[in-house]
Amino acid sequence: MITRFLIQGLDKRGLTFLGLLVALAVLVPFANLLLPESSVLHVPTSTMSLWGKYLCYALLAISLDLVWGYCGILSLGHGAFFALGGYAMGMYLMRQIGSRGVYGNPILPDFMVFLNWHELPWYWYGFSSFPVAMLMVLLVPGLLAFIFGWFAFRSRVTGVYLSIITQALTYALLLAFFRNDMGFGGNNGLTDFKDILGFNVQAQATRAALFAMTCVMLIAGFLIARGIVDSKLGKVVIAIRDAESRTRFLGYRVDRFKLFVFTVSACMAGVAGALYVPQVGIINPSEFAPANSIETVIWVAVGGRGTLVGAALGAVVVNYAKTVFTSGFMAPYWLFALGALFVFVTLFMPKGILGTAQDWWDGRRRREPAAALAEPAPAE
Amino acid sequence: MIPAHAALTSSLLYLDGVSVSFDGFKAIRGLSLVIAPGEMRAIIGPNGAGKTTMMDIITGKTRPDEGTVMFGGSVDLTRLDEAAIANLGIGRKFQKPTVFDFHTIEDNILLALKSQRTVARTLFWKTAAVDQKRIDEILGIIKLGDARSRLAGSLSHGQKQWLEIGMLLAQDPKLLLVDEPAAGMTDGETVETAVLLKEIARDHSVIVVEHDMGFIRELGVKVTVLHEGAVLAEGPLDQVSANERVVEVYLGR
Ligand SMILES: Nc1ncnc2c1ncn2[C@@H]1O[C@H](COP(=O)(O)OP(=O)(O)OP(=O)(O)O)[C@@H](O)[C@H]1O
Ligand SMILES: [Mg+2]
Repeated sequence: MITRFLIQGLDKRGLTFLGLLVALAVLVPFANLLLPESSVLHVPTSTMSLWGKYLCYALLAISLDLVWGYCGILSLGHGAFFALGGYAMGMYLMRQIGSRGVYGNPILPDFMVFLNWHELPWYWYGFSSFPVAMLMVLLVPGLLAFIFGWFAFRSRVTGVYLSIITQALTYALLLAFFRNDMGFGGNNGLTDFKDILGFNVQAQATRAALFAMTCVMLIAGFLIARGIVDSKLGKVVIAIRDAESRTRFLGYRVDRFKLFVFTVSACMAGVAGALYVPQVGIINPSEFAPANSIETVIWVAVGGRGTLVGAALGAVVVNYAKTVFTSGFMAPYWLFALGALFVFVTLFMPKGILGTAQDWWDGRRRREPAAALAEPAPAE
Repeated sequence: MIPAHAALTSSLLYLDGVSVSFDGFKAIRGLSLVIAPGEMRAIIGPNGAGKTTMMDIITGKTRPDEGTVMFGGSVDLTRLDEAAIANLGIGRKFQKPTVFDFHTIEDNILLALKSQRTVARTLFWKTAAVDQKRIDEILGIIKLGDARSRLAGSLSHGQKQWLEIGMLLAQDPKLLLVDEPAAGMTDGETVETAVLLKEIARDHSVIVVEHDMGFIRELGVKVTVLHEGAVLAEGPLDQVSANERVVEVYLGR
């Protein structure tokens, strides 16, 4: 009964979420492009891009929820996959600049000319092609996650130790990408983008299209994640989260299941990063900062772990709050506020906004003893 | 050597000279045990005798320091991991019932149901009519049919024990290792569990660990007494319980 109800609730929740995204994908670009600026319903381009950024974070949050909320892998390095996807997109955008750079070199991005390089490094080959770059957006984070997961999950690293090495992973990449000789623009990263697929990235219509595309990818990401967690594989993954060794004694190769969700999740985070870069106009090593990955965990915890929709909600709510907070005199205290929020949610709303709202709603509808649901992390 | 070899090839499970120690403490010392195909065996022994550790060794959770552990006369279990051993056909019910609390009872059975355990197969899994029928059948056997869509976490201790036995049935292993199935059960439930296990033993090999003597008597099978990690006595319950050493270390207390 309880599960049936939750699934029904979930379906409704999922449909509402999808409906909202479809509406956003259509209405926001419409309100931006077609309504006159004088109209109260007009959405300024800057607002649209800001929300586009939030939605990229929402996709990142869903990808983290897939591994953390459902499989119990607390990755503190998901920002790395996001940033790698972002760099792949950034490399494409750099190659599109062509001879319009400050130094007018048709092949080499400005920073390479500045470093006195004469040839494009081999790993930049192919990035002038959009399909190749998009493939890399998936492949680079996916491959890294696969290799990392292969070693970590096979040697049964779990819990805090796994979290720490994911954190180390993103930190190592942060240091690497800071280096000029890595060939990714060092400290400054990649910026001053001009075109994407021949359209000016700054143009209002391009930005509207990017926003709509973000909505579409968020829908796709959500549906994939939903499909995974609703399948039998999803049940195995939840079983691993709740009783890993029991799952093993049933004959499931736990490491392979973890590897699968971890890799899918990393690809999804990469796509989020790729959509993020053209909308904010820059990608630099700070995206690898360990704090970013930790913030993502907070979004998911705030929204409600193991719910997917909650993760997306948490990302938007926390980032909206961040924008409001950091634009006022309270700006220096943002990190304290974020920390306090995390503590508050952990102590008083262990199921996050969505889980708490759901409980409240259930409780109102009918008072039923739900002893089994008293624990955090709702499964289905 | 030759008789030993014959014992090995005709056995389903063959343990010989198995030892394991934890931080210098020898939990199992020179344990030898042979289970024939189709046999049901009861294992008794005081707390800390090494009964659970023996199951850990058979199922690949613990690697023995020395000794032979063979399955089906030819497969060396010490070289395999838990998943591989499970897929060979060795199922296990844990001393502390472990079910998947956040899954429904039905899903717990589904997860255990004999099937290919690969990522691709589970991702695109569709429960076929035969599978559903088998799940319903098992839910009937363990008397949880009406509770099928409740979360397993909400079950009582005794019901969890049964659910775990149901999961074992769904796995359909060749050999079942059942660790204290009657713990925390009322007398009535204990009898029912014994009946259920005897039923299962008709077409499976079973090793049962229990402290409840009434339960062991109910089973009416050969008994092995473990003490300090080795076999102290073996035989019918009456014979074993007349053994002085057994009375001293276990039954007398
Ligand atoms: N992983 C481990 N690390 C250290 N010591 C262990 C470990 N597993 C078992 N032991 C020790 O080995 C001995 C045998 O334990 P085991 O659990 O096998 O006993 P048992 O016969 O199942 O007892 P009980 O009837 O209480 O379940 C105990 O002294 C226990 O403390
Ligand atoms: Mg025990």
